[in-house]
Amino acid sequence: MSRPQHRDHAGAKLGMWLFLLTELFLFGGMFLLYGAYLVRYPREFAAAGREMQLWFGTVNTVILITSSLMAAMAVTAIQRGGRRLAVWLLGGAVICGAVFLINKYLEWSHEFSRGIYPGSSRLAAAPPGESVFYSLYYVTAGLHGLHVLIGSVLLAVVAVWAWRGTIHAGDFAWLENSALYWHLVDLVWIFIFPLYYLIL
Amino acid sequence: MGKDTHGNTTHIIGYGTLTAVWGVLLLLTALTVWAARHATGFGHVWGSLAIASVKGGLVIAFFMHMRYEGRLLRWLLFVALVTLALFIGLTFFDVLYR
Repeated sequence: MSRPQHRDHAGAKLGMWLFLLTELFLFGGMFLLYGAYLVRYPREFAAAGREMQLWFGTVNTVILITSSLMAAMAVTAIQRGGRRLAVWLLGGAVICGAVFLINKYLEWSHEFSRGIYPGSSRLAAAPPGESVFYSLYYVTAGLHGLHVLIGSVLLAVVAVWAWRGTIHAGDFAWLENSALYWHLVDLVWIFIFPLYYLIL
Repeated sequence: MGKDTHGNTTHIIGYGTLTAVWGVLLLLTALTVWAARHATGFGHVWGSLAIASVKGGLVIAFFMHMRYEGRLLRWLLFVALVTLALFIGLTFFDVLYR
């Protein structure tokens, strides 16, 4: 069947942005909760924040920023007709996403081994503000981790499509929108990082 | 602003620009970690958030191409951010003066 394909690049991007704005409100709600409880328990939040492992947070920040660069470069590459390069860059971004999740697993394993998890006896005995801090941390970082997982899968699928030639210089809306999603994941982490790791 | 031909935004951001933005993002990350170590206390929250906002702005402007988008997307983002700020502001008004 040879039907003419109708594509609306600008429309696809507008739709993606509308979706991203709802994501912004989702995480915005989390940050709002954080702020409200920070006002209520400033000392407890600072004490809990000092317990966080800055090294994990910093490494993951660098990883996400770098993967964001690769996703942005993949868009430039496909626009210039460099499909092979785009595939390599997307692969790099996916690997970064995987390393991020491995780091998160190691970090959470360490926290769990120290008895820091929602409902643990250690947190039950701690001042109430600290358990609020960690509950918010696990919900926000968990939701963010889920986004990293979804984003990585999305980028991997798009990389395969670019490899096969379904995505090319003339039609790269899927690549561009997936990259936008990945940048949002990066953007959210940029705010999670100071709120949970740097408030000492 | 991107040139529109057949509904496709054809603006291409060069690798050099993207790499430069990445470099600045890494520098700002180093700065915020350094600041966290050397300036503790409640006021430091605002410093950290200011740096995070600059980093977020760079990601949106360059990595997400917003600097080169048309009016519609820019206004959409602006309205969304103002709405979010209003929500947060009004909630704090309630929390702080209860």
